[in-house]
Amino acid sequence: MHRFANPTRFLRIANAVLPWTGGLTALLLGVGLYLALLNSPPDYQQGETVRIMYVHVPSAWMGMLVYLTMAIASAVALIWRHPLADIAAKAAAPIGAGFTIICLVTGALWGKPMWGTWWVWDARLTSMLILLFLYLGYIALVNAFDDPNRGYRAAGILALVGVVNLPIIKFSVDWWNTLHQPASVIRLDGPTIHPDILLPLLVMAVAFKLFFITVLILRIRSEIAAAKIRNLQLSLARG
Amino acid sequence: MIAAFRHMLMRDLRLALRQGMDATMAVAFFIIAGTLFPLGVGPELNTLARIAAGVIWVTALLAVLLSLDRLFQQDFEDGSLEQLVLSPTPLEILVLAKIAAHWIITGVLLIAASPLLAIFLNLPAEVYPVLLLAMGLGTPSLSLIGAIGAALSLGARRGGVLMAVLVLPLYIPVLIFGVGAANAVAIGQSPRPHLLLLGAILAAALPLAPWAAAAALRQATE
Repeated sequence: MHRFANPTRFLRIANAVLPWTGGLTALLLGVGLYLALLNSPPDYQQGETVRIMYVHVPSAWMGMLVYLTMAIASAVALIWRHPLADIAAKAAAPIGAGFTIICLVTGALWGKPMWGTWWVWDARLTSMLILLFLYLGYIALVNAFDDPNRGYRAAGILALVGVVNLPIIKFSVDWWNTLHQPASVIRLDGPTIHPDILLPLLVMAVAFKLFFITVLILRIRSEIAAAKIRNLQLSLARG
Repeated sequence: MIAAFRHMLMRDLRLALRQGMDATMAVAFFIIAGTLFPLGVGPELNTLARIAAGVIWVTALLAVLLSLDRLFQQDFEDGSLEQLVLSPTPLEILVLAKIAAHWIITGVLLIAASPLLAIFLNLPAEVYPVLLLAMGLGTPSLSLIGAIGAALSLGARRGGVLMAVLVLPLYIPVLIFGVGAANAVAIGQSPRPHLLLLGAILAAALPLAPWAAAAALRQATE
């Protein structure tokens, strides 16, 4: 882990990895979208609207996974004062917020024809909305200080406090009897959905993860550049 | 350590009492904001009875939020916070004492004032005991969780608004179960599960919140 604490070494590895993750993202997203939109059967009850799921479910997973990544990075930064973990957590936050918004919007678009309403105050929807608020709080806090290091550390503590929401989202559909359907892919007794639907869903999920890695590397790179510019300006101002 | 806790608690209570009006400000806000709802929604008694518990909880939440800046801001500005961080007593204990003082000043007063608001809002009589019990279990959690937000936003630009953004999402569970307990009684069900969950939140927040708040204070005074 501490091998990557050196920004120069990190940048060298990141630049080597970036074309691969970028290319794979484009490839898998293309294959996944083809399978999901054209080459998978419509649901016998929901018809063609089931295709919303291929975007909705992976973005919901990513909303939670990115938060977990952010929290782990924050913990690493707080415990070992790892300089790149701070930056990674900050860089991940807007991506996670974006995935969460996509999840909520596609969920609303799917809910209107299926449930007859854009929004219900059900446990999973509410806890996902809270997740979005936590992202927004994190982004607000990390940018609220004149000294960026204070922002990193304060926001890191907030990210760790917010982790309590993740199990609530995951298990809300099991704990409360809700309109949202219970888990059907990640279960102890194996997935309960048909392979024809599962395969495109998994391809899309992997594509979303690669997309996250690609954008994360780009954002970390620009954060490092911004920090360099800030330091140069400070040293110029001091003369 | 117990002596340090007691001294810290007494100091904060004494400071709050000597400042007089400041402490009652949150309760004044609670009552005034609560009376806006009958004016806004309309004085129809059945509607008011249905929303009463929710209104009381939401205004209590906001009143606690407004009072949170008193928790650490003054000590941060006059430098006594740095002394607390440097003291040999674990900072978590001192933070817990400050939170306890904050709860006694705002939480207890809010609980005492809530029957008044309940009368304004035509809350059914059988809901009163559960509302008070739920507030007794819920308001300490509000002070505890709020302390994390108050500590994190020390020294930030636009600290007040920032604190609301940080703390309100974390308050949502307390709100849900607090209102849930009152509504369960209103429709003739047992409020027990909601009260147990409020107790669980308090039991989790009691050790964890002072810990997180102390970590935030350490990095604020670095």
